[in-house]
Amino acid sequence: MTDLFSKFDPIIQQREALLETGLTDPFNLVMEKVESPTVAICNGRRTILLGTYNYMGMTFDPDVIAAGKQALDDFGSGTTGSRVLNGTYAGHRAVEEALKDFYAMDHAMVFSTGYQANLGVISTIAGKEDYIVLDIDSHASIYDGCALGNAQIVPFRHNDLEALEKRLKRVPEGAGKLVVLEGVYSMLGDIAPLKEMVAISKANGAMVLVDEAHSMGFIGENGRGVAEAQGVIDDVDFIIGTFSKSVGTVGGFAVSNHPKFEILRLVCRPYVFTASLPPSVVATAATSIRKLMHSADKRAHLWENSRRLHAGLKQLGFQLGTDEPQSAIISVIMPDLETGAAMWEALLNEGLYVNLARPPATPAGMTLLRCSLCALHSSEQVGEILGMFTAAGRATGCIS
Amino acid sequence: MSDRQQTSAKVLALIEPFNKKGVTVTEATRFAQDLEWDSLTVLDFVANVEDEFDVLISMNMQAEIETVGQLVDALERLVAARGS
Repeated sequence: MTDLFSKFDPIIQQREALLETGLTDPFNLVMEKVESPTVAICNGRRTILLGTYNYMGMTFDPDVIAAGKQALDDFGSGTTGSRVLNGTYAGHRAVEEALKDFYAMDHAMVFSTGYQANLGVISTIAGKEDYIVLDIDSHASIYDGCALGNAQIVPFRHNDLEALEKRLKRVPEGAGKLVVLEGVYSMLGDIAPLKEMVAISKANGAMVLVDEAHSMGFIGENGRGVAEAQGVIDDVDFIIGTFSKSVGTVGGFAVSNHPKFEILRLVCRPYVFTASLPPSVVATAATSIRKLMHSADKRAHLWENSRRLHAGLKQLGFQLGTDEPQSAIISVIMPDLETGAAMWEALLNEGLYVNLARPPATPAGMTLLRCSLCALHSSEQVGEILGMFTAAGRATGCIS
Repeated sequence: MSDRQQTSAKVLALIEPFNKKGVTVTEATRFAQDLEWDSLTVLDFVANVEDEFDVLISMNMQAEIETVGQLVDALERLVAARGS
């Protein structure tokens, strides 16, 4: 008998070799207690969180918590059904209304996760004869959406305008075209030149889908994302987003002005064949989204944190993913997985949690220490964080 | 040289800059196993091939192409389809 698990042997060996050196397993951390959006207890130790997607710090917002508790009392713990059968409660409609108001768009559709939103929309709208042209650094959920559908998949080099244009021009006459882009690319924290890319896509007759998961709430005048910041949101056909980052809970969504958009509720399998979000989750999401519309002060502080951490790490001599801070993600490039894991552990011992990211999640085989800031990180905490990076960096030989 | 030989010669020339291991390349050479290319190298190489022949090689098509010879065959078909 062939063991179906033998294909995993290389990764099992790599993992064992890493753990044999005595390192803490970076992919098995448990938070025993969470004190706030920026602090948790890990291994009995008070730890500053610098690796969550809680950009706007909404998870402990009193209004958000109250809305969730009320919904638990009023509607129970779960819907036990699909959105198209018994799984649409008043709260699901209310959160879709909140999204339409937030994005000023005609339609909003809520999925059970952000992953399913990409999976569902991409696999459903691009069929067998169609072409999907996408950035090579796209998130796994975008690639999985492509794999679930039957379209022809054409990747182009990251953020390369000429490569995008060339490929669009070579798509056979008459074929449907969908260009898939992201506002912020979450590994290096860099943004896309959406102004130019959307213009190129439109000039070549393509529809455009932009994943704004890592920009909602703090990029663009109304927090609608990079497409808003660069003035092209009206030319974007579909925006995909998530509740699991700035919104502070879990769930995914698509918003659009396409006149036929609502039909997706009947034909999109990852929307139909799964249970809808629990009432408490949609209630917290709706409350959070409405509060994010009026969060200019928090947004300004988040940007201040991002600029300060970026400048501080650069000054310490770390190699960063972007020359300038472009989002709330600051990525520190590590020379290899071993050094990255050692640095990750040294930071944890200092009392700081960051994300260790490695292939296949990262571009070009890089190992990254990914730092994501929160609007509720205080100026003192950012100072502490820089101190921890100094100590851990020297202890592991990453900086001199 | 026949059209196919010309296509083959062009493909071999396009492989050379990415042939870091100095492998002797024939039509039986496999991209993943013999040349040991990673995904980014494949992307750059495919882009060069697409530019040279003015065609589009989708990931779906790439999944079916294991060897240099299979790529030459695919290009013959793509170029013929474009000309029709």
